[in-house]
Parts: sequence; structure tokens; C-alpha cells
Amino acid sequence: MQKIRLMVFGALAVAAAGWLAAAPVLAAETASAKSAIGPVIKTYKGDKCVEPTEEMRRNHMKKILHQRDETMHKGIRTRKYSLKNCIDCHADPKTNSVLGENGFCESCHEYAAVSIDCFTCHSSSPEKNGQPPKAASTDPAGLMEKTISSAVMGTTNGNQP
Amino acid sequence: MAHAHYRNLEGRSLGFYAVLGLLGAITFAGLGAALYMEHHGHWVTGMSNQIVWGTPHVFAVFLIVAASGALNVASIASVFGRQLYKPLSRLSGLLALTLLAGGLAVLVLDLGRPDRLIVAMTYYNFKSIFAWNILLYTGFFAIVAVYLWMMMERRMNDYSKPAGMFAFLWRLTLTTGTGSIFGFLVARDAYDTAVMAPMFIVMSFAYGLAIYLVVLIASMRWSGRELGDVVFGRLRNLLGVFVAAVLYFVTVYHLTNLYITQRHGIEGFILLNGGAYTKMFWLGQVLIGGAVPLVILFSRLGQSRALVVLASMLVVLGGLAQMYVTIIGGQAYPMPLMPGKEVVASSFFDGMVASYSPSLPEVVLGVGGIGLALVMATFAMKVLPFLPQSLSDADADPHYKAA
Amino acid sequence: MSLSRREFIGIGGGAIAGITLAPGLRLVELARARSPEEAATQMQRWGLLIDIGRCQDCDVCVTACRTENGWYGHNRPATDPQWIRKVTLKDNQTGYVESLPVLCQHCEEPPCVDVCPTGASFKRADGIVLVDKHICIGCRYCMMACPYKARSFVHEDTINQKSYAPRGKGTVESCTLCVHRVDAGKIPACVEACTKDGNQAMVFGDLKDPNSGINKHLAAGPSTPLRPDLNLNTGVRYRGV
Repeated sequence: MQKIRLMVFGALAVAAAGWLAAAPVLAAETASAKSAIGPVIKTYKGDKCVEPTEEMRRNHMKKILHQRDETMHKGIRTRKYSLKNCIDCHADPKTNSVLGENGFCESCHEYAAVSIDCFTCHSSSPEKNGQPPKAASTDPAGLMEKTISSAVMGTTNGNQP
Repeated sequence: MAHAHYRNLEGRSLGFYAVLGLLGAITFAGLGAALYMEHHGHWVTGMSNQIVWGTPHVFAVFLIVAASGALNVASIASVFGRQLYKPLSRLSGLLALTLLAGGLAVLVLDLGRPDRLIVAMTYYNFKSIFAWNILLYTGFFAIVAVYLWMMMERRMNDYSKPAGMFAFLWRLTLTTGTGSIFGFLVARDAYDTAVMAPMFIVMSFAYGLAIYLVVLIASMRWSGRELGDVVFGRLRNLLGVFVAAVLYFVTVYHLTNLYITQRHGIEGFILLNGGAYTKMFWLGQVLIGGAVPLVILFSRLGQSRALVVLASMLVVLGGLAQMYVTIIGGQAYPMPLMPGKEVVASSFFDGMVASYSPSLPEVVLGVGGIGLALVMATFAMKVLPFLPQSLSDADADPHYKAA
Repeated sequence: MSLSRREFIGIGGGAIAGITLAPGLRLVELARARSPEEAATQMQRWGLLIDIGRCQDCDVCVTACRTENGWYGHNRPATDPQWIRKVTLKDNQTGYVESLPVLCQHCEEPPCVDVCPTGASFKRADGIVLVDKHICIGCRYCMMACPYKARSFVHEDTINQKSYAPRGKGTVESCTLCVHRVDAGKIPACVEACTKDGNQAMVFGDLKDPNSGINKHLAAGPSTPLRPDLNLNTGVRYRGV
């Protein structure tokens, strides 16, 4: 009898602890879903990024930085993590740019208060005369838009020169 | 002498705030000029693809050279054991720091990408004398700061001699580095010579001491402290020797170039037919910066404090002229593409003397650097006891009269 | 992830390269595009021979470079960039006049690389001298050091850059030997233009390949670098200067 009481009490305690632990998370999720503060991030071409979204949010700057040195100093010109590839898929066809108020890069960087140092030198538009991006399955019906209201932003590690 | 006594500037008078305000205003104007240049890009300045280093570099290099020279007074006390210079040491260290800060501020603010200062601190190409200079400059700050601490903290006084020795060697290296920025440039006839390094060291002696003298005389006088003839006379004579030494090095530099036929072009340009640069050399560098100060310092005119301050200021002006001739004149003279051939047509100004006229923002930025150096020094003298209470003959050197 | 066609070709190309680039053995003479994932190596050194005798009073090389790399000006000659320019030389003794294009000479011992404090000015393994604008602080020391005035400072904001030739205010730029084209197995835009519309005064190729066209040309007649007194072993050489 005492054993059973102990078990019930234990189970209750575990449940309580679990609830206590989960509560703030749940609360946070509800709150963010309600207010939806944050940038509106759109993708226009292709159906998925070169890496899972969560990975890209956190580490896109590292990948671009790595690729930058590979290309600049060694002449390695793979497309996967190139800035060109980012721009080709994420540029807004209306503005032809990843910048601007609702631009893929700018809106989020604006929100995270991290300055971008890419576009003082690089063009923010997809190449016009170069080869079209490989996944450019034209979608005349109008862009496979995916609107992600970003609830959890990856930690930004500061400005990548 | 037993112990020198130091006291902060009281710093409550209207005059003090007026000086501080004026210098602060000059500094802020310089900052504004830099902002203007960075916002619009360098095309709004007098600089171009022909003259890539303009007036800001003239001021920046001058200040950096002067900074290492300003430390000399302290070195004479610590390294060479001259007791007379001991009470002068703290101000010497302070000016070394603030002049370097002023010069570096101008240099950095004139970069194409001043926002990338962190890149300059994290990426190094060790074959570049410029990269070495970045280390030498930052090291100088640290070493002089420690040196000042050893001098100002009584318990650490014993260590001020080795610290002073190290700082002295470091500053010689630093100025060697600054001179070598030009000495190591193979492409241009005005540079590419080893004499640049020792010449810059001697120039630093003169510029640094000239600024030191002006600041010392002004601050002692304005704070009502006595500056005796012993100290004054020593510093005056020393400045005279340094100014003469600069003229000697300039002579050696030009004689060497005149001996090398290949360099007759650049020598003719600087010494004879270079227009503004020739005038700047003879009138600015030689006459105003050399001959006139020498006459004042070594004649009876040198008895007058006012005239010695004037001579010091002329040395500063002459130094700026020398920098202008060296940096801008050296770039203005064209480089040959092929030995023995002359460029007769080019869309990129090959074979032509490049034209350059300083724009207002460049000058304001450069002068702002001087303002920054002096405002920092003025403020520091109020916060910490840098200035000796008295430099009267009796205080400065009691043995002097006995001897 | 499935391989794209481009990547498949790339890997295939790499495999072929493994065969053809075995020391001393070369089966295919044509300039071969490296695959995108393959780094430039010291096995090659890209160079240019410019025959002044064939270089006439035209500037198709300049125009082609400007169009290819997008370095437009603002009608301010003193500050506008020039990656390549035409220069007329006159012999001081004889009065003989000749015209030649001047561009980055891609030195083996580049003074600009020596002086650059951050390493932004660098030489790639295959001898192409470039500016890494990501770490260029705009100090312009390389411009002081270059004997050929090959470099320009970007004096104002830039727009409409080519995606393969980024350029931006406050950094230094110069001829890249059309590195983006070379990496794709093509010849520089100036050489192409000179060959097509001009006078066939420019030959581009691998200086380390004994059988390359440029080496055959170099072996067949005299040539000299600009400023031979500096002994920089330039990648660009001139005939008849």
C-alpha cells in the first residue's frame, strides 16, 4: 500500500517537473505564434534549400565565409554554398534583389540588427546573362512561395566581412 | 635633485576650458570631415588613382613620426641617465601616446574601409612592413603606458630604467618601420632607399621635441609654473642639433640620388622644376623648417621664449612640408614603363606629373589629428600629475650652479 | 542528394584531369576547364604575350574588359578605374613611337603582394595576382608599390556589378586576368576581343606547359617584360617594345 502511494506520488512529481519544464517553452511558442514578430522570409525558386532551414538559419554565414575563401584564393567554384546560388533562389522577382524592405537577406538582417557586408561589392541581383540557376523550373503560376514567420532566429554570430 | 614634484593642472579656469573647447572642436571637425569622405567615397577629396596618399597621410605620418620623437626626452633621462630631464619625462611619455593616437586616427579614418580595422588586426602578411607597423604601433601604446606607470608609481620607480630602455629600443624600431614604408617601395624613384629609415628617426627627434617644447612652455606658463633657463636652454640647444641633423640627412639623401643618373628626373623635379613641390622643398622644408629655426635657436634670438616657440612651430610646419614633398611629391613624379622610353599618350596619366590639390575635408581631417592629440594631452594633464610643479633652475639642477 | 548534370560533368572532368595531368604526360592539349571543385594549382602559370608589332591604334581590348568586368567610369578621369589601358611610348633617343596595352602584369614576385598588410593582395597558385576585397582595408599601399600603375581604387559606390566581378567602394581592384573565365577554361576577354575583332596581338596560355601556344611563341622570338630592371618575372610579356 505504502509502495503504491509512493509510486503515485513519484509519478505526480515527475509529471509536475515535466510540466514545469515544458511550460515556458509552450508559453513562448504560443506567444510567438500570436504576435508573429520578425521578418517575412520568402523563397522563390526550387523547393528546398541546400541544407535544412534550421541549419541555414544558424550557419549560413559560416558556409558563405568558407566558400568565399575557397573561391577567392583557390578558384574552387562549386555552386552549392555560393552567394550567387543564394541570390538566384532568394531574390524577389519584383525587385530582382535580395535587398529591400521585404528582401530575403535584408529583412532578416534588419530584424536581427546584423549588418551585411556582402552587397557593397556583390550585386544583389541574380545574374542576367550568365547561366540560369540549375533548379530554375519556371513556375509561371507564380513562385513557390513559402512564407515562414520566423519564430526562433538562429543566433547570429556577427557581421561576416 | 631629490624628488621632482608633480601636480595636475587645476583645470577650472576659463582659459583651460577655452583651450579644451577649441581643441575639441578641431577634433570633431576632423571627425566630421572623415565621415563626409567615407560617405561619398574618396572622389570628393583631392586624391586620385595617381596620388593615392594625400594630405591625411601627410599629417598622419608626421604625427606618428613626432610621437616616437616626443618620447626622446624621457629616454634621455631613463636611458642616458641625465637627471635634468627626469621631471620632463612624464609629459614626454604622455605626448608620445597622444600624438600616436592622433596620427593613427587620421590614418585609419582615411582608409577606404575604416570599418574593417578589425581585419587589419586579425589578418597579417608578415612580409609587409605595414603589417609590422601595426604591431609596432600597438606595442608602443602598451610599452609607453607601462613605462609611464613605472615612472608615476613610486613603488615601481626602480623599474623605470629598464622599461625606458625597452621603450627606447622599441621607438627606434617603430620609426625605422615608418621610414621603411617608403624605403621599401621599389617602384618609385623618390623612395627605395635605406636612408629613409635613419632619416625618419632623426626627423622624429626634431618634430617630437619641437611639439614637446611648445606644449611644455605653454602649459607651464598657463598654469603659472616656473620654467627656468637651465631646462629651457638645454631643450632649445637640443632642438637646434636635431634640426641640423635633419638637414644633414636630407642633404645625403639628395646627394645620393643626384649621383644616380636614373634618378636625375625625380631630383630635377623636387629641386628645380617641380612647381609647388620645389617651392615646398626650398621654402617650406629647408628655409622655414631648417634655416630659420637654426638661426633663432643658435643665436641670441634664442634667449626669447616667444621666438623659440616660434622656431618650434616653424619646425613643425617645415616637417609637414617635408612630409608633403616626400609623400605627395614622390607620387606626383611619374614612373617609367620602360627605361629609356617616355610615355607620350595615355588615358591614365602615365608619364605625366600627377596633379593634386588638397581638398578641405582632407586638411580638416589632418588638423583634426593634431587636435585629437593635444586635447587628449590637455585632458590627461588635468586628471593625472604629468606636469612638474616647478622647473626653476634651483629645482631642476642644483648642481648646475655649483659647477 | 542526386547529382546535377553540371556536377556530374565536373567530377568526370576531374577524373580525366587525374589522367591527363600525370607528370610529363598530357593527352589533350586544349585548355581544359578545371572542374568547379578543383583548386588552381602550381602546375600552371597563366601568362600573356602581347605583340606590339600587331597592336594597332584601337582599344577593343579595353572595351572588352570594361564590358566583361563592368568597371564603368563617372567621367572623372583622375578617379575612374582602369584595369587595362592603351599607352603610347616614345623612345627618348630615336623618337620611335609605339602603342601598347598595359594591365596587371601578374608578376611572379608582385610588389603589391609584398606590401599588403592583410594579405588581401595575393597571388593564386596558378600565378594570377588578385585582390581579396573581403579583407582589403583600402590602405592603397599596393598602389604605391605597383610599378605599372595597374591598380585602381574604387572612389565611389558601385552599382550593377557583374556577379563574377564584384567591386565596391573603398577597396582596390585591378585586372584579374578574367579569372572567372580562366577557371571555366576560357581565355580572357581582352585576348578574345583582340583575336576576334582586333589584330591578334595577344596570346594567352600556360607558361608552365612546354607545348602551349604561348610558349611556342615565346620560344620563337624575342620578348621582354615592362620594367625589366625590377626583375619581377612578369606573367605578361611584350614583343617589340
